[in-house]
Amino acid sequence: MRKPWRHGILAGAAILGLAAGVAVAGYWVPLARDNLHDPESPAIGVLQEPAEALSRLPPDPAGNQVNWVKALEEGVINPRTNLRPETRVRIRETEVLMKDTGEMPMVLFPHRPHTLWLDCKNCHEKYFISKAGANPINMYKILQGEYCGRCHGAVAFPLTECKRCHSVPRNKDGS
Amino acid sequence: MKRWRMGFGIIAAGLLTVSAEAEYGDVVLNRRAEAEGMPPVIFPHWFHRIRFRCKVCHYELGFEMRAGSNVVTMQDIIDGKFCGMCHNDEIAWGTENCELCHSGKPGLKSGIRGGHSTKGPGVW
Repeated sequence: MRKPWRHGILAGAAILGLAAGVAVAGYWVPLARDNLHDPESPAIGVLQEPAEALSRLPPDPAGNQVNWVKALEEGVINPRTNLRPETRVRIRETEVLMKDTGEMPMVLFPHRPHTLWLDCKNCHEKYFISKAGANPINMYKILQGEYCGRCHGAVAFPLTECKRCHSVPRNKDGS
Repeated sequence: MKRWRMGFGIIAAGLLTVSAEAEYGDVVLNRRAEAEGMPPVIFPHWFHRIRFRCKVCHYELGFEMRAGSNVVTMQDIIDGKFCGMCHNDEIAWGTENCELCHSGKPGLKSGIRGGHSTKGPGVW
């Protein structure tokens, strides 16, 4: 009655299941195994584990596997906006359409989610001139960590998420 | 009978090893820590952004938005600058809890880390 191939199927299914679990449910590496923290450090067991905090937030396929803007907009988290009472907390609602995107769909930049997290001065005038068309942005520079790449690719959703920025289809005549 | 179990174990261990990467946005600060006899500092962006918006540290506190461009000394922190704006036993733990921040493995290089991330040619 021995059917050794069964074991192969079982093992395969288990691996697929594990992989699917990682992809769908999210998988956050424990601090002691993240190749950064010293597993012998007294901090392990005191510091909050990523899975404990992040598994409760709206899911996302990339980065921390958390949709951070959704977490804010839905009020799942309400991080402090300022420490000093005199700091002005500024939100801007305008959107900027960037048309010069080659063969890719155009980029629609929304100020709102960005200003929920950041102040105007984080980007203007240091990294972005406040004038439409005045910033020679391209993907090469972004991949080098300039312009949007200051955050996207480091802490904000990564540059593998093309369509989240390139979201506006172009007409077939190129207009 | 045991062979496939062993094989599965090896593959599973391999999968876990491959995915054992730091959390997206983790920063290693080791410009001077180890040289001065302390383990490197691991700064987790994910933990902090649940509690504070980016603008608090990167606008109010003056942290530049580029790993490696902020020279932070322990004296600055004790004087209430940078991390010391919160890590003062009032908002967050104070500087006497050395090992909670200085928790990195020996020999880590400074910079931004993390899995689930862009693996492009960039400076990150």
